[in-house]
Parts: sequence; structure tokens; C-alpha cells
Amino acid sequence: MGKTMAEKILENKAGFPVKAGDLVIAPVDRAMGQDGTTPLAIQSFEEMKGERVFDPEKIILILDHNAPSPLESVSRLHDLMRNFSRKFGVQLMEIGEGVCHELMVSRGFVVPGDLVVGADSHTCTYGAIGAFSTGVGSTELAVVMLSGELWFKVPETIRLNLQGKLPAGVFSKDVILYLAGKLGADGATYQALEFHGPVIENLEVEERFTISNMAVEVGAKAGLMVPDEKAIKWVRERTNREFQPVFPDPDAQYSRVIDIDCSSLSPQVALPHQVDNVKPIEEVGEVPIQEAFLGTCTNGRLRDIEVAARILEGRKIHPEVRFIVAPASREIFLEAIKRGWVETIVLAGGVFVTPGCGPCVGTHQGVPGDGWNVISTANRNFKGRMGNAQSFIYLASPATVAASALEGKITDPRKYLR
Amino acid sequence: MILRGRAHKFGDNINTDYIISGKYKFKTLDMNELAKHVMEDIDPHFYEKVKPGDFIVAGKNFGCGSSREQAPRALSAAGIRGILAQSFARIFFRNAINCGLAALECDTSLIEDGDELEIDLLTGKIVDHSQGIEIKAQPLPPVMVDILREGGLVEYFKKYGSFQGVRK
Repeated sequence: MGKTMAEKILENKAGFPVKAGDLVIAPVDRAMGQDGTTPLAIQSFEEMKGERVFDPEKIILILDHNAPSPLESVSRLHDLMRNFSRKFGVQLMEIGEGVCHELMVSRGFVVPGDLVVGADSHTCTYGAIGAFSTGVGSTELAVVMLSGELWFKVPETIRLNLQGKLPAGVFSKDVILYLAGKLGADGATYQALEFHGPVIENLEVEERFTISNMAVEVGAKAGLMVPDEKAIKWVRERTNREFQPVFPDPDAQYSRVIDIDCSSLSPQVALPHQVDNVKPIEEVGEVPIQEAFLGTCTNGRLRDIEVAARILEGRKIHPEVRFIVAPASREIFLEAIKRGWVETIVLAGGVFVTPGCGPCVGTHQGVPGDGWNVISTANRNFKGRMGNAQSFIYLASPATVAASALEGKITDPRKYLR
Repeated sequence: MILRGRAHKFGDNINTDYIISGKYKFKTLDMNELAKHVMEDIDPHFYEKVKPGDFIVAGKNFGCGSSREQAPRALSAAGIRGILAQSFARIFFRNAINCGLAALECDTSLIEDGDELEIDLLTGKIVDHSQGIEIKAQPLPPVMVDILREGGLVEYFKKYGSFQGVRK
């Protein structure tokens, strides 16, 4: 019987044949921690009397969620990570390098066929280049830093065949928001997703990350895509590491197969306060906004900034809107400067903050006010997510966010992209 | 292992931002401090209502969202001993067990807020004394039972040094 990508990667790592439902212990290829989760992992590591890490090259710590530090207590936690990094020779990405999930792929840490864990739920992002990557807790990260391995339940897989061609003004973010609405917040709990079809094949690799990134929003453990030539080339440009891509068997067994024609999809919006509360933009109605945010591990990449710049070129954002942009990495920021997009957005009235998570998690840099509506390119719109339970978060594509910033209300971007 | 306590009932899709907001959890490792803010955005007086040994009883997909282990840890620090839910989000489920916080999947529809519950962790038998009913929970994988028995993953790992309990 054929196997899914999840089964084949976990089987390669475990060293014996497995099928969905089996429990395995497997060595991980990379382990990642960020500043919201690593301090607790270091505490657990010390409680377990850790004296060395299993392989310093395979552990990457990143300061992105609350960076630069807004508080002395946060500075102490950052120093805890810096000291751990020095003591054990573990790599640490400083403030302003970027969002952990962008750095893990763009700096070539992850390759197709890898098994990766990260103490952050959006670790599933790397599925877009054919790695089995999933989020873990702090103590599990501590155990991995010590021993290099973790136990996994081999998940069943839902196969999504995305057919057709995306219309102009509709992006990979709209696709995954639509799927979140269709599957529901627990539609894939304990399962992996495999994304297939011409829609995926036609996306650039950086657009694919947006889709895999949000696999966890339907409860999935991983969001895998076949590493095609485009993905393999993208990875080879970033690392010399050898790798063996893993493909699903043609007769793999899936728990569900879902076919979706994306040819007539509209821009999608997730309404407060749940990611699966999704409507096509035509049904959203008149929603004035006070803040717009472009960035995060979902949509802080070069093409995301580019489309915002295209829409804002020569225009001014609405006077009642604060428009905040956080590039996903230093490289993306530099490239956006070089191409003139930063100037375009700043001239339009936008504000750039440090490459990193920006206001997504409510720790700093753009906490909304009482009663504000925020339109954001992030992946979560839970009540209080951005630091104020009295605000309302709407999720959409970068184009929809930019068009909305311009008009001061949630706006269909297609009229600006014809 | 028998636990006794009162039920605090919640609905579906209680995410980890609701359990402990990002604006608090990034600042400190002091779980007693974080405990004061658990569930604050959806039930502002929750912390004052909880008595040590109480349970959370919830609907589907409890603990969805962020991987923050501060969520189960802060619930423990607030006095919660266990969570019963129709289903859990997977990272929270692992984190809870890894922190020594019991997490059991069962039909919670008949349990009311304030009910007196008795839970046998090893057999998964739940008695709701207020309703006079018995509910059976899904059994945990053996490795999770072992981790729970040791009081969490740190203690488990100190004792065994690996996940040998899972090996075939």
C-alpha cells in the first residue's frame, strides 16, 4: 500500500516501516526556538541538568516576537537566550534579523525531506518545501536540545487538490483563508495536510509558505507540498546541504481527498474572532478600519510588500488609519528599499517597524485601541491577540490590507490591480 | 490516581491566547504571576473563582492556536488539576501532559458548570456526582500515561533519559 509524504518522512527518520497511527521516536534534523518559548525551554533544560546540547549546528534560536525588547524583564529573557547560545555554541539570530519561520527557510536551515520541530505553532510553514515540520512546546524543545529526538504519532493525511487558476487580485492567502473557512478550526486536528494541484504548482515558493504556514489554523500537524523543481531550485540557492526529496506514493492512502476549483475565488476575509469565520469580500459589508498591518510569518515577504507598494504608489493612506509594515527579514527589508517600495509606502503614510513579528502577538509595536478594527495579513484574529481584547481583527491578503488602508474601510483590492 | 474537583465550563475553540495572553506571557517565567491572568479576556474573574483541584470542562478543540507551554503551566499554577474536552488541539494536548496537567478527551456535553467531578486518570473513568452520571474518557497513549505518572516530561526524562517507553 502506498504512503503519504508524512508517513514516508517519519519512516525515513524512524528507520522502520510506519503507517498512520503508529508512534515513533525519530531524530530531528533541526530544532528552532523563539523568544516567547525558548526561555521556558532553557529553564526545563537546566532542571534536567543538561550539560551539553545534542548538536549545536542543528539548533537555531531566534529573537523575533518581542524584539527589540520593550521592557527590562524581556531584556533579561533575551539575555538568558544569548547566554545559553554562548555557553553551548548554539546559533542565535539577533533582534531585527527577521521572523523565525522566514529565517529557517531563507537562510537554508531546512531542506526537503527534513524532520524539523520548532517551539512555535507556525513551524508547519516549512511543509511548503517538502519538510515535515511541526510545532512543539518548550519542554519538548528542551528534550530535543538534549537528546536530538522526540516521539511522534504518525498522522493521517487529508489531500487537497487545488484546481484551476487564481484570478487577478486573488492570492495564496485567499486560498488558505478559504480553506480555513471550509475545513473549520479543528477540521484537520491530529492530521497532516498535503496540498496538490495546478494552483500550488503555479505559485512561487514564497507564496506557498503562506499556505503551509496556516495549516495549524485548521488544527493540522503539518502542511506538506511536493518539492517540485521550483522548490528544489529555491532551496539549492540557499544551502549546499545534500538532501533527498520525499514524494507521496501515487496510491497513498488519505483520510479524505478534497477537490477545490479556485478559478472563481474572490479575495477572502476572516472576521473576528476566529480564523475560520471566513467570508468572500463581497459579503463583508462596510467595515471602517483604524489600523492596517502588513507582515508576519504568513505575509511579510517581498511579493507582499511589492503588491502593497503597487496599490499605494502615488496615493495617500486614509487619515484615520495607522498602516504598519514589518518585513519578514533583514534581506527582504533591504531588497524592498533597493526596489523603491519602502519609499513608496512611507510616502503614502505607512510606518516600517523592525523585521520580526511586529504587532501580531500583542507584545509591542502597534497595539490597537479600544473599539478599533484592524485589518492584518497575520494568521490569527483571536480576541486580544494584538494586545487589546476591545479591538477587532480581520485577516486578509496583503493586497486587501493595502487597499483597505487606502480607503479607511475593508476594500476589495481588485479594482487597484487590473 | 483519583482527582476530585469542581467543573468550570467553557465552549468550543478556546485558544491559548485566551488561556494566557501574549502580552503577559512574553514578559516573565513566573507562572504564579501569569496565573492571575488566565482566561482573562473571556472570563475576567476566572482566577478568583478557581479553587485548587478544580477542572476545566470544554467543548471542541481546546487549546488551539499558539504552542505556548505557558498556557497549561499557568492553568496549573492557578489551581487547575485537569481538563476534560470533546477534543484538544495537538500541541496543547502534548504540552498539558508534559507539564503534568491531566487532559482527557470525552463527551463533556452533559457536564454543567459547577458540577462535582471525580476522575480516575489511569482508567479514564469520570464520575459527575452532581448529575449522577459516569463518562468514559479516551485512553491516553502509554508514553503519555508514563509522563503523567512521573508528574511531567522533565521528571520523566530525568528518570529515563529517553523515550524508551515508546520503543517497539
